[in-house]
Amino acid sequence: MDNLITTVDWSRWQFAMTAIYHWLFVPLTLGLSVIVAIMETISYRKKSAEWLRITKFWMTLLAINFAIGVATGIILEFEFGTNWSNYSWFVGDIFGAPLAIEGILAFFMEATFGAVMFFGWGKVSERFHLASTWLTAIGASISALWILVANSWMQYPVGMEFDPAQMRNVMDDFWALFSPVAINKFFHAVLSGWALAGAFVIAVSSYFLWKGSNREFAIRSIKVGAWTGLAGLLLTMYTGDGSAVEVTKTQPMKLAAMEGLYEGHAPQSLVAVGVVNPDKKWNNDEPEYLFDISLPYGLSILARHDYNAFVPGIKNIIEGVDVNEAGDTIYTVSYAERIARGKTAQEALKNYGIAMEQHDTVAMNKALTALEADYPYFGYGYFNNVEEAIPPVALTFYSFRVMVILGSFFLLFFIACLVWVYKSEDTFSKARWMQLISMIALPLMYLCSQSGWIVAEVGRQPWTVQDLLPVGAAISNIPSSSVIVTFWMFAVIFTLLLIAEVGIMVHWINKGVKQSL
Amino acid sequence: MNSIEPSSTLMMLQDYWWIIISVLGGILVFLLFVQGGQSMLLNNRGAETTNILIKAMGRKWELTFTTLVTFGGAMFASFPLFYSTSFGGAFWLWILILFSFIIQAVSYEYRDKAGNLFGTRVYDIFLFINGCFGCILLGVAVAMFFFGGEFTVERLNLVSASTPVISTWAPTHGFEAIFCWKNLVLGVAVLFLARTLAGLYIMNVSSISDDLFNYFKSRLIINAGIFLVFFLAFVAILLTTTGYTVTSATPLGTSVEVTPYKYFHNLISNPATLVCFLVGVVLVLIGIIRTILAKHYTGGIWWTGFGTFLTVMALFWLAGFNNTPFLPSTLDPASSLSIRNASSSEFTLKCMSYVSILIPFVAGYICYVWRSIDKNKVTANSDSSDDRH
Repeated sequence: MDNLITTVDWSRWQFAMTAIYHWLFVPLTLGLSVIVAIMETISYRKKSAEWLRITKFWMTLLAINFAIGVATGIILEFEFGTNWSNYSWFVGDIFGAPLAIEGILAFFMEATFGAVMFFGWGKVSERFHLASTWLTAIGASISALWILVANSWMQYPVGMEFDPAQMRNVMDDFWALFSPVAINKFFHAVLSGWALAGAFVIAVSSYFLWKGSNREFAIRSIKVGAWTGLAGLLLTMYTGDGSAVEVTKTQPMKLAAMEGLYEGHAPQSLVAVGVVNPDKKWNNDEPEYLFDISLPYGLSILARHDYNAFVPGIKNIIEGVDVNEAGDTIYTVSYAERIARGKTAQEALKNYGIAMEQHDTVAMNKALTALEADYPYFGYGYFNNVEEAIPPVALTFYSFRVMVILGSFFLLFFIACLVWVYKSEDTFSKARWMQLISMIALPLMYLCSQSGWIVAEVGRQPWTVQDLLPVGAAISNIPSSSVIVTFWMFAVIFTLLLIAEVGIMVHWINKGVKQSL
Repeated sequence: MNSIEPSSTLMMLQDYWWIIISVLGGILVFLLFVQGGQSMLLNNRGAETTNILIKAMGRKWELTFTTLVTFGGAMFASFPLFYSTSFGGAFWLWILILFSFIIQAVSYEYRDKAGNLFGTRVYDIFLFINGCFGCILLGVAVAMFFFGGEFTVERLNLVSASTPVISTWAPTHGFEAIFCWKNLVLGVAVLFLARTLAGLYIMNVSSISDDLFNYFKSRLIINAGIFLVFFLAFVAILLTTTGYTVTSATPLGTSVEVTPYKYFHNLISNPATLVCFLVGVVLVLIGIIRTILAKHYTGGIWWTGFGTFLTVMALFWLAGFNNTPFLPSTLDPASSLSIRNASSSEFTLKCMSYVSILIPFVAGYICYVWRSIDKNKVTANSDSSDDRH
């Protein structure tokens, strides 16, 4: 392998780039499919030609977005094999199952009924078409369920045991995959898609109002979009709170990075706005922030639902220091010890393998005992110093704030839209500044959505599987030059397709502006 | 921590999942008629032919795509060592397959839309590329089940400080497979089978003029002829190939012995495989011959399609059953992957098997929807977006 670090880094970039592109399209599909289904239901129940036209308009935008979401999704699945082959073996026994179930149960449902939804007008009954539209939306969410279950498992690996003979982890409890981490993540991610789609519908509808076109169409769309967006956002916030509690329990280092917190306190304030100090290291005395405005008790409440609770920082975690509910200092396993015990576990596994080849049962049992004692720290054995186990703090910190601040803005935004549009459709449709805000809000919503994933994925670095497999050991044996080529291949084609998608959408929207909907 | 010896339940589940993989493989190759149709797009017959091809294939492309994704997911879940070794090893083969499917996924939706950046012609070229290279490369990937790859598997590498990677492939990383003539023979056969199926499918679902019907019929004769030449060549190569027989496959290691005419032995020693293969081939031929001989026969797709499904399934059985490694290593025979040493654990396979009970239900609603959509014949006169509005 020519240069392991370069291959790892480029593979990370490639996966991140693919995931970011994929998540540009997926949340819109998740949310817009529900909005379209609601609109078609109204059309069906009211036998309304106007609502049918509204439905078809948004359905076309959904179709344009759906196609490119599919294109980027297939790469993500297969990249686990092409770029992360060690990972695929080490935990494929657990991780592969949700992907296969997604294909069998959800993807076929989405694709099959999606075909009816997009191509079935006039070919099937109205009732069957409506059912297909709902089944497509449900299929998309079920598809997301399995993917998010798989992702959550990487962050909180449960329901498995290590098989030293096969040198991999194997599943021993399927239902453990549906951990609180997974449930929170599923609802948090899927419902954020509703919020994004709500913002999308409001932005496009506001463009119609801006142009003075199809007022009734725009107002009706805004009502459905805002209700869906508000419902999605409220539930996203609720599950976000649940996610924060789970992160505190299962990935304290990620929480510390989200907060840029090096030394914890009881109670611990929450930085509302701040600038992290780039010179701050876990073991120096530099201040954590160059500037910050903090909310007293905030992080204690957010992380532990206890206004007086201690929340450990990066230094505390590395040194293995925490405080229990009674306020007593307790010592967990320091990172230096984790690294030492991880190396012991790896050595034991190596000895087990050698003994197995020599059919030496006594040596196998001895190695197995040593391995079992230290296996929880197996992944730390790949590190040589504790700093390797710290995620990028600044990116995680800022992304978290972008997500929270923009999320709060959108809560007000959806409420404002609803209150105003129900109070006076006329003034709402004439308020050009509100229409401008609505259109500017759309890219902000995408930024908010992407920031959430950056928090989740950058914050859990350097792990592919928490505590067990760092990214450096999850890799395929391929030259970095190959990954650089494929990175640019995908970057170019995804960018071109994104431009094409936006171009088609803009044309379709402008076509709608020019005609009576 | 688990015991070493595989149980009989595990072996039964491994067989079951190889059958599931075979079924998915058979369905996937049948559904490649979509790619076959796309490979006919760049013709000089004008808009009518293009419209028919686009409208007929555009109704079904998601199914092929979904089946490919499900095939990959099922492989990952049931035989993760294959997923790890083949995808990470034959890197360029899989990347090019994926790339061809990315450009397909958007093309049907974008090709005739204003503002699509490239223009219709480029999207048609995308579809053509997916149609040709997707088929050939998938054929190459399947051929590797028989002719293998240059790789080694050493699980102890997991704890190697310098290179913690268990599977190592030849430095060409899949290009050697793409340019292996034996693999290409099957690749070309798959392409022309897909074109044959596409012609039969269009005759079945579309309402077209006699002139166009006869055009597809004339293409069918050429495509089927080329397919048969390459398919028979592949079968001849396959049945005379020397393969490996797995004599022992446990976590302690895999032992194989060289077996002349391995796949011929596999064929004749397993009646189910033999019957499936022969019936499949006969059905493929019946569909083609009836369509060619009759004046206006449109049911050929079902004969040839079902025959394709059976034949491909039998090929998977040839590759994986009878103690045969389904991914032989030409570099280190002991590293060869079989359904015994590459599979998931008993627990995972059992969980997945419960899920697989739902497959008939999934197949049922797919068939229902297929019939609902296809009861209206495709015509060339309307533009493709009329399907939606």
